[in-house]
Amino acid sequence: MFGRTFWGQTSPWNELERLRREMNRVFANLPASSESRITPGYPAMNVWTNEDGVVVTAELPGIDPDALDIAVVENTLTLSGEREPVELGEGEVYHRRERGYGKFTRSFQLPFNVEADKVQAVYEKGVLNITLPRAEADKPRKIIVKAA
Amino acid sequence: MANEKELNIQETEKQEIAETGAERTRSRLAFVPRADIYETNDAIVLMTDMPGVDENSLDITLENDVLTINGYVETAYPEGYGLSYGEYRVGDYERSFTLSNKIDRDKIEATLKDGVLRLYLPKAEPSTRKITVAAG
Repeated sequence: MFGRTFWGQTSPWNELERLRREMNRVFANLPASSESRITPGYPAMNVWTNEDGVVVTAELPGIDPDALDIAVVENTLTLSGEREPVELGEGEVYHRRERGYGKFTRSFQLPFNVEADKVQAVYEKGVLNITLPRAEADKPRKIIVKAA
Repeated sequence: MANEKELNIQETEKQEIAETGAERTRSRLAFVPRADIYETNDAIVLMTDMPGVDENSLDITLENDVLTINGYVETAYPEGYGLSYGEYRVGDYERSFTLSNKIDRDKIEATLKDGVLRLYLPKAEPSTRKITVAAG
C-alpha cells in the first residue's frame, strides 16, 4: 500500500477486489468441505491394512489389464497405465464427453515393506484389487520380558 | 453439433445423487456415472463408467422416452482389513437421459465390459413427412 501514491489509481475498492480475487485463487484448489471429492490423483485409491499386509483398490473402468503396470520397490507401489480414447470416424460427433482418458501414473507409499514376489493383482468389473503381503522381516515381533 | 440434439441431459456432473423429490428405497450411496455420448450416421452411442457393476447388477429401462440406467454395486470390502486411507466411496449408479423418439427401440444393444457400459441406440429409419399447410 505504501508504494502506491495516488488513491485515484488504486481505490480501496479496487484493492478489496484484488484481495478477493487473490483469496479465491488461493482457496479454489482446496477442498471446501468434507462433501467435496478428494481425488489427489488418478486413479483414486482406497488402502486397507492389517498386521499381515495391505490391500489397495482402485476404480479403473475400461482399462486393458495387460497395459497396466504395477511395480513394487520396497514400500513404494507404482501404478501406471493408459486409457485409450474412443476414436471417432468421419461424420461422428460428441454430444457429451465426461469420461477421462490418457496416461496415468501414481506412486503410493505403503506403511511397511512388502514381499514383492507375492503381490497379487486382480482386475474385475473395472476395479483393480492389489494384495500386498507384508515382508516377513518387517513384521512386528513380540518381545517377551523374562523375569530376572 | 448444430444439428438436432438427440439427447437431453437431466443430470450433469459426476456427483452423489441429490435427494430431490422421490427418495431412493435403498439406503446406499448413489453416484451419477460419467458418460460419453456420440452420434454416428446411424446411431447414438452412450458410454458410462460404472466400476463395480456387472451384467447381472445392471438395469436399463426405457419408459416414455426416458432412458434410465441403474447399476447396483455390491460393496465387497477386503475381509480382515481396516480402511486406513480412503479416496473414493463405493455406491450405486443412477442416471437418466431423455431420448428423442427417433431411436429404434427394438434394436438397442447394451454391452458391459470392465465396468464400462456401452449402449448402442440405432436411429429409426428416416420417415420424413412433409406437412403441407393448406392456405385458409
